[in-house]
Amino acid sequence: MTERLETICIVCPNGCRLVAERKGNAIEVRGNKCPRGIAYAEAEMTAPTRSFTGTVASVFAEMPVVPVRTAGEVPKDKIKEIAAQTREILLKRAYATGEVAEANICGTGVDLIVTADMRKVVGNTEGV
Amino acid sequence: MRYAAIVIGGGPAGMAAACAADGTKKVLIIEREARLGGILKQCVHDGFGVIRFGEKLSGPEYADRFIDEVYSRKNIDVRTLTFVTGIEKRDGYFVVTTTSGKGIVSYEGENLILACGCRERTARQVNIHGTRPAGLMTAGAAQNLVNLQGVNPAGKCVILGSGDIGLIMARRLTLEGSTVIGVYEAKSAPSGLSRNLQQCLYDFDIPLHLKKTVTLVHGRDRVEGVTVADVDDEMRPIAGTEEYIPCDALIVSVGLIPENELAEKLGIITDPKTKGPIVDQYMMTTLDGVYSVGNALHVHDLVDYVSEVAETAGKDAGRRKERATIEVGSRGLGYIVPQKVDVLNQEEYTVYYFRTARETGKAKLTVTVNGVEIYSKKYSALRPPEAERVRIKHSLKAGDELKFVLEEEDDRKA
Repeated sequence: MTERLETICIVCPNGCRLVAERKGNAIEVRGNKCPRGIAYAEAEMTAPTRSFTGTVASVFAEMPVVPVRTAGEVPKDKIKEIAAQTREILLKRAYATGEVAEANICGTGVDLIVTADMRKVVGNTEGV
Repeated sequence: MRYAAIVIGGGPAGMAAACAADGTKKVLIIEREARLGGILKQCVHDGFGVIRFGEKLSGPEYADRFIDEVYSRKNIDVRTLTFVTGIEKRDGYFVVTTTSGKGIVSYEGENLILACGCRERTARQVNIHGTRPAGLMTAGAAQNLVNLQGVNPAGKCVILGSGDIGLIMARRLTLEGSTVIGVYEAKSAPSGLSRNLQQCLYDFDIPLHLKKTVTLVHGRDRVEGVTVADVDDEMRPIAGTEEYIPCDALIVSVGLIPENELAEKLGIITDPKTKGPIVDQYMMTTLDGVYSVGNALHVHDLVDYVSEVAETAGKDAGRRKERATIEVGSRGLGYIVPQKVDVLNQEEYTVYYFRTARETGKAKLTVTVNGVEIYSKKYSALRPPEAERVRIKHSLKAGDELKFVLEEEDDRKA
């Protein structure tokens, strides 16, 4: 269990330098400009999460790879496993922004979603 | 037909400017690539839109919202795969000559909005000489290869420079299965946003080496390795500290420079500090009717502010009949935008963006008009890579002296 943590908040571009210390059952956070910093530091001390962003392959020559992200945060230690899994995915039709490329990615309970409108690039195709 | 405004560049700045222009008048967007979106298309990471939409979007998602808006407007025409080859100023309008699949076509516009973005500094601009092997590229080029073309250009790479794109590519290449040996930065402080140091380097245990640079690239057809060396306070390599690192790629992330070839052709005066045009609070340059927005104006940290600035320009296009500007003075700042204020057409609030000249601890910004303080703001710490935005209420007259002074709190005691 982490007793003391010095980190940089990644919630917004301010990049607050946070110091979190365990005081009994509570966690004391300093350096945050807003309440989101407290929540972030508490999560970093107990169960850190991140969002994953990357690409997956498609069958379309006009768009050989398609941007994806997790619809929410996933455990930080799952990120590399998710990255490896995304290399196995192949999209065979034109997805819209927000459509699910793979549900419950790596058992995280979070969906991997497409973040570009493929129909704008490859047309409204049924795929191959 | 004559357009009310011609926007050059269909990235986030150009799209926001076009959408903000008076909806009753015709606007034209000229884009050299096949589709709108600019560099956001290849920025698959998230963090875009936190300020504007209250959501952490990826670059393509942020772009899509504006692309949909552009195509829903009847008064916005879009020409993609079209490249501007010349601009001529006539009496009260501009003639923009383009080349595309349609041949050479000229368009007339009463106003011009330059939204051409910025370019990356290359290895040669930071004194890395020698051969030109495959595997030596800018971070943006690597990002294009990985995120748009699906090609990973690196097996084992070194990244030179700690700019944001370099940091983001360090994470991206790691997740794509490449080994990032380390990020080397000649300055004594990293140049990217703090949160990117955390989430792109520290999260993946990628080492950051400060005060070190690459002095030589080895390999003729393909990068085989690089020599790195310590640098002194003037960033000159120190003899005897060289170290050879085997790798197959060197990715360079050493800064961005606003793209202003067209502005320079028009004789527009640029600010040596921002390397973009000098503008008033509506982003009008020194040439009446010509605006500069987005990273062509100054390199922004956040696309949310690119959109904001571009909208200010778009709304203003064609609105003012005359203007009279005063200079914005400053001390302790790396730069400030706008550099001028039109005192004939003021709104209640004026937005300024600035960067500190150097890293500070506790600091205070004081704004004065003719020596009288009208605004002040305290900062716990400031770093040059992180731009600040302030919204100031003032009512200025011709001849007024407006000045922004940034002082570190300890400076005051001394």
